Amino acid sequence: MLSSVFFYLFAGICCLAGLMVVSSRNPVHSVLFLILAFFNAAGLFILLNAEFLAMLLVVVYVGAVAVLFLFVVMMLDINYSELREGFQKYRSLGLLIGAVLLVELFATFFEYSGNVKSLPSPGAVHNTKALGQVIYTDYIYLFQLAGLILLVAMIGAIALTLRKRSGVRKQVIADQNSRTRAETVKLAKVETGAGVKEAS
Amino acid sequence: MIEHWLIDLAWMIATILAVVVPLLIAVAYLTLAERRVIGFMQLRKGPNVVGPFGMFQPFADALKLMAKETILPAGADKVVFIIAPMLTFVLALVAWAVIPFDAGLVLADINVGILYLFAISSLGVYGVIMAGWASNSKYAFLGALRSAAQMVSYEVSMGLVIINVLICVGSLNLSDIIEAQRDMWFALPLLPMFIVFFISTLAETNRAPFDLPEGESELVAGYFVEYSSMSFALFFLGEYANMILMSAMTTVLFLGGWLPPFDFAPFTWIPGPIWFVLKIMLCLFVFLWVRATTPRYRYDQLMRLGWKIFLPFSLIYVVLTAGFLMAFDKLPVIGG
Repeated sequence: MLSSVFFYLFAGICCLAGLMVVSSRNPVHSVLFLILAFFNAAGLFILLNAEFLAMLLVVVYVGAVAVLFLFVVMMLDINYSELREGFQKYRSLGLLIGAVLLVELFATFFEYSGNVKSLPSPGAVHNTKALGQVIYTDYIYLFQLAGLILLVAMIGAIALTLRKRSGVRKQVIADQNSRTRAETVKLAKVETGAGVKEAS
Repeated sequence: MIEHWLIDLAWMIATILAVVVPLLIAVAYLTLAERRVIGFMQLRKGPNVVGPFGMFQPFADALKLMAKETILPAGADKVVFIIAPMLTFVLALVAWAVIPFDAGLVLADINVGILYLFAISSLGVYGVIMAGWASNSKYAFLGALRSAAQMVSYEVSMGLVIINVLICVGSLNLSDIIEAQRDMWFALPLLPMFIVFFISTLAETNRAPFDLPEGESELVAGYFVEYSSMSFALFFLGEYANMILMSAMTTVLFLGGWLPPFDFAPFTWIPGPIWFVLKIMLCLFVFLWVRATTPRYRYDQLMRLGWKIFLPFSLIYVVLTAGFLMAFDKLPVIGG
């Protein structure tokens, strides 16, 4: 009973938040609703006894990815009226994509038979352990491949943004630390009223 | 049937209050301890007038804050502006649900305790970003940006340090992590990781020497410039509750939680929760000590330390730890 109440609570908030993501005017609010949706999805995972996935969803998507989203969206310089025009222009395309996704979702829903073979039954084994066994034994190559793709994407992003700029003084901490007292400190005897002749 | 359910609910609320109320009192006295300790380190007296040894100072401060007016800036996004401090404060409290005070003395003994703590602490950044953005002020915004970048950066190395501990334990449950330290606290074999973790917690809680988000000299006060009265107080309480939480996390991961330092007579007489609190107080004292004695980092140096030193170092240490355990066949039995 209680778990179904929580299911409808989480699922309801999740759907509402998803709706608000696309319909709210302010993009920052959209991202905040997206975070709410992620959070409720994590709640749904917990109801399925998949607590490891739930925590991972929060750590990775809410704690890292959505922060970067929020970062970018916050700094956008947006004109709201222009945004509205864009909304009119892309509405038909958006509706089409949404419709296709919905149909596909229903198709998988009706085809789904309820027994996934590759996973051990929940309850028989600790689900963190079960995931670890599946990912690091049966699907190790696919898992490593996924990691490699992310690595390539990261290197690509760095290569695109990294540029050498001339005339910029950079701090090299190793150089600073390797300096000795003899080459940096000089004791000068200053006569009264004369000052120091050479500064360097 | 209904009465049974009500009793359960009442018991749940009572246990939650039994954690939250001492926590809030601890937060109040941490603010006093901070001012007193830093005062003594700087050869001042600190607040010593209100009550014996200034014991009532935190309550006087709280009353003062409550009596003030809550100001909503005209250009602010009002809803987000109000939610931000609440979020900060609530997140600082909910994390305590999984902290074990003694064997079996924990609100929720969940299997993925350490991940839960990590997830909650990674959410703390939202309070800061939302506050900075909703204030519609450039100082607050800059403070929020700095803080967000800082917290996200140091989370990565913290995650790797936690993996180090997890390799040695073989479980994500906090009670299991503490029990695994019965023979030796992880602070000894994983000493470098202990230091990295402690410095990362300083950065994660935006404390000195990494308190750039609120760098007074450049940003006035950082992300909470526009806040006043209780909305400010919630940020303040949240920050200090987070300090205590991070100290508790350090204690659980490295200092053996409720376990006495030596497993024989005079030490085992003292009950576990007292050891736990003593260890948290030790960590908090180091927090204050660091604040009183170190100058503030420059922002690029902070980023360099996080990404170029801590991240590779803790990653190498993960490989070393795993390799060591593998070579000497000491890997823990997972899930056992």
